Amino acid sequence: MLNAFAILLGFQLVGESLHRIFSLWVPGPVIGMFLLASFLLRKPSALSEPLVSTTHALLQCLGLLFVPAGVGVIGNLNLIAREWIPILVALVGSTFLSLFVTAYVMHRICSPSRVAVAAPILSDGKEVQGSQS
Amino acid sequence: MNTSALHDLWVQLTPTPLFGLTLTILSYLSGHAIQRACRGAALANPVLISILLIGGILGITGTPYRTYFAGAQMIHFLLGPATVALAVPLVRNLGHLRRSLPGVALALTAGSLVSAIGGIALVEICGGSRAAALSMAPKAVTTPVAIEVTQTVGGIPSLAAVLAIAGGVLVAISIQSLLRWAKITDWRAFGLAAGTAGSGIGAAHAISFDEIAGAFAALAIGLNSLLTALIVPTLVHFWPHFP
Repeated sequence: MLNAFAILLGFQLVGESLHRIFSLWVPGPVIGMFLLASFLLRKPSALSEPLVSTTHALLQCLGLLFVPAGVGVIGNLNLIAREWIPILVALVGSTFLSLFVTAYVMHRICSPSRVAVAAPILSDGKEVQGSQS
Repeated sequence: MNTSALHDLWVQLTPTPLFGLTLTILSYLSGHAIQRACRGAALANPVLISILLIGGILGITGTPYRTYFAGAQMIHFLLGPATVALAVPLVRNLGHLRRSLPGVALALTAGSLVSAIGGIALVEICGGSRAAALSMAPKAVTTPVAIEVTQTVGGIPSLAAVLAIAGGVLVAISIQSLLRWAKITDWRAFGLAAGTAGSGIGAAHAISFDEIAGAFAALAIGLNSLLTALIVPTLVHFWPHFP
């Protein structure tokens, strides 16, 4: 587990350095993600069990990691109170539009038959969620 | 122990990391417990519940956000390694990704464009300010990218972060109903849409269902941050009302 964490931090560090050296707009961790992915493709043996289980554990509580930044909403309450109608309409409208357009285009271009597992689980999502948590 | 001693203890403990960390993790666990109590209702989103809980507690006790964040930033920091960790589901499902690459490219571009244009246009149509519109534009990407892009175009970074998170929570709440309504039952479309529209929180939601969905969400987050960082500044440059 410690090895796995060292790998994640190491790739983040490299990504962060590249981000700063070349003043790239892509954040360090995203560069680190692409670097780790290409490294694992070149050296599949590095995809060890501890790395898989550590990343799985980390990604299982990904939601928690957004909470501290989200609480920052209390610093913007004045602006939100003043402009709550445009903010709410744009937030809901553009999120739904983007969600729908992405899923629809993907659905139309790729034939669904290739991933046969999809239908039954999606229509009964709550049960699946319960059994995995 | 009398009240003033309790107050002293509170004053001593709140600036320590222990306060922010404990408050965040306990609120998140409560959020999960509440969602379970609501039989997994999507509206009872744990991220949303814990933000409301912590915001309420800070407000009632008069604790500044900076004091809370001094401790909570340890959790915030883990966003970095967690983003790098998305490489693992990406690599493990590369076969699926390779086969649907044209679809991914087109769907992602369409979703990313719609999100940025829709965000700016809707704020404008409803009479919102320029700052709000510019902070809305990059909200579909992961929080750090949203902050960075907003700084480039002149929005409010902390508002952009909040909107990115709110968008993610909204995706987690609505994606199942919306896709069921549209009769889209493909995990790849589910994951890609969750990652494109809802970034990290959307991906967290997708991963809790299916690994293929998680891999497509990870891919969407990565490519969308590249794309949005290109699209939003260009869009703002050519947008008629924003000279």
